[in-house]
Amino acid sequence: MNERSGLSSKQRRKLTEFLFLVPTVLAFIMVIIIPFIYGIYYSFTDWNGVSTSANFIGFANYKEIFTNDPQFIRSFLVTTQFTILNVIAVNVVSFLLSLLVTSQVKGKNFYRAAYFVPNLIGGIVLGSIWQFVFANILPGIGKSLGWDFLSKSMITNANTVIGALVTVNTWQYAGYIMMIYVASIQGISKSVLEAAEVDGATYPTVVRHILMPLMANAFTISLFLTLTNSFKMYDVNLALTNGGPAGLVGTNIVNMSEFLALNIYNTAFKYSKMAQGQAKAVVFFVILMVVSLIQVSYNKSKEVEM
Amino acid sequence: MQTDAVKGKNAIHPGRKVALEIIGIIVSIFFLMPFAIVVLNSMRTNAEIINSAVGLPQSPGVFFENVASVWNNPTFNFVQAIRDSVIITVLSLAIISICSAMTAWVLVRNKTKWSNFLFMMFVAAMVIPFQVVMFPLITWFRDLGNFLHIPMLRSYPGIIFAYLGFGESMTIFIFHGFIKSVPLELEEAADIDGCTRAGTFFRIVLPLLQPVFVTVLVLNGLWIWNDYLLPLLLLGSNSEVRTIPLAVQGFIGSFVKQWNLIMVSTLLAMLPVIILYLFAQKYIIQGMVDGAIK
Repeated sequence: MNERSGLSSKQRRKLTEFLFLVPTVLAFIMVIIIPFIYGIYYSFTDWNGVSTSANFIGFANYKEIFTNDPQFIRSFLVTTQFTILNVIAVNVVSFLLSLLVTSQVKGKNFYRAAYFVPNLIGGIVLGSIWQFVFANILPGIGKSLGWDFLSKSMITNANTVIGALVTVNTWQYAGYIMMIYVASIQGISKSVLEAAEVDGATYPTVVRHILMPLMANAFTISLFLTLTNSFKMYDVNLALTNGGPAGLVGTNIVNMSEFLALNIYNTAFKYSKMAQGQAKAVVFFVILMVVSLIQVSYNKSKEVEM
Repeated sequence: MQTDAVKGKNAIHPGRKVALEIIGIIVSIFFLMPFAIVVLNSMRTNAEIINSAVGLPQSPGVFFENVASVWNNPTFNFVQAIRDSVIITVLSLAIISICSAMTAWVLVRNKTKWSNFLFMMFVAAMVIPFQVVMFPLITWFRDLGNFLHIPMLRSYPGIIFAYLGFGESMTIFIFHGFIKSVPLELEEAADIDGCTRAGTFFRIVLPLLQPVFVTVLVLNGLWIWNDYLLPLLLLGSNSEVRTIPLAVQGFIGSFVKQWNLIMVSTLLAMLPVIILYLFAQKYIIQGMVDGAIK
């Protein structure tokens, strides 16, 4: 930086720059750092959510949620299952759609815009709409066509409810991820693809061996986005199934589609166990952090530099 | 537009082109069908819907009655919800954008140990999920509000301040990446001309950031507008201040199985964003994609 431009003017510069940092740093400390530290601390206490004071009880909350909370175990497993299925479904569908809307098909600009629409709407609204579709429209169609598999609501059956959630989330998210793939495909030099075709490569070969390796960066971004979003899914879960239906796991009755984010909220406010809810939130944070780190470093190592 | 990346010198087989078109249309129907269902069922009476869920409206004029009963419903209070959503979204966006741009600029232009550390803190915070801070945030904001004599819960200032905290990390990250590529010469020239540091930022740097503003506004705007959990926790479900997602959820909770009215409420809730999308489609898609890639 410039050395001696007069002390007062330099000080004034520093003061301005300091003031420029104040709002964000203040908000960062007040909204993220302090609640985060409190959050970690409360997970080791018997905090009741009202007072700021609490008694330290060590790992008791963690022990409780892992050994004596069948709903948490179910929520953990079902969230994992949903995340895996959803990441695959969203990415496969979006990738295929991105090939479709970058082909020579007529009206592709309309398709792009149309597929993107669900992504603009909030999860509460989307979940409510799909609840109507699953509870009324699809069974209605099933009955009038005499198709048995459709005539029962997918969201009241434990075997199909995850499929329903994957369907809605894919519908909501595919258009967005598709546009990330489209941007990536458009960034690939045409001459590379043309050279491959001159060499007689078939379309699947071009996609598999040229297009996909060059899109590695887009895959990293999309996998990361879908992975974290699936794992954190809350709004649609709440509005579409609210955790239901109830089902039997072992000898315990649990909510079959209550994902972790919903379970954390319910533990605190429905079952009034604030400290245990906080302990679950800390576990949730650790899992999310570890998974993101593994996923990013794995994908980075596979990316092709162009 | 340069869109046909996967295209050989020879046009593809006409049969295949027709097949692609059919796929495109079928997928479009799947994607747009839920919206059609909302509109169609907004035009039916609840008796019609219960009698047969699948069917066309018998007297579409019912639509206006349905809209009127949702619009005038005190539980839903759509006008108030729109107003509060607009106030919270617009003010949050303005504050997040300006404050983050100021911070990113200072961090880029001062390469010190501290600025690096601060930047790394903002980046690291992006992996912190809302769930891990949300419970302590409520009690902390309550106590902070009592201490400062500014209501932090059930009020505009509290939620806007919270949105600044949750939104700034990513926004600073995006601005930071862009400002690095802005040449220093312009700022130095302004400096020599005797421009103050603040003047340099607001007159020279800020206008140059216009392209990233689209990204920042779209990403944060859609997030805040559609967010449900933060308003639920900081405003509560029966607060004076309530956003559209809170209103929809509250309405649905109190009108169980009144499907025609529920469909109207979702239609009203979607309308503002859909209208905006019709006019600014290009910018919205661009902003979302750029935000993910950067």
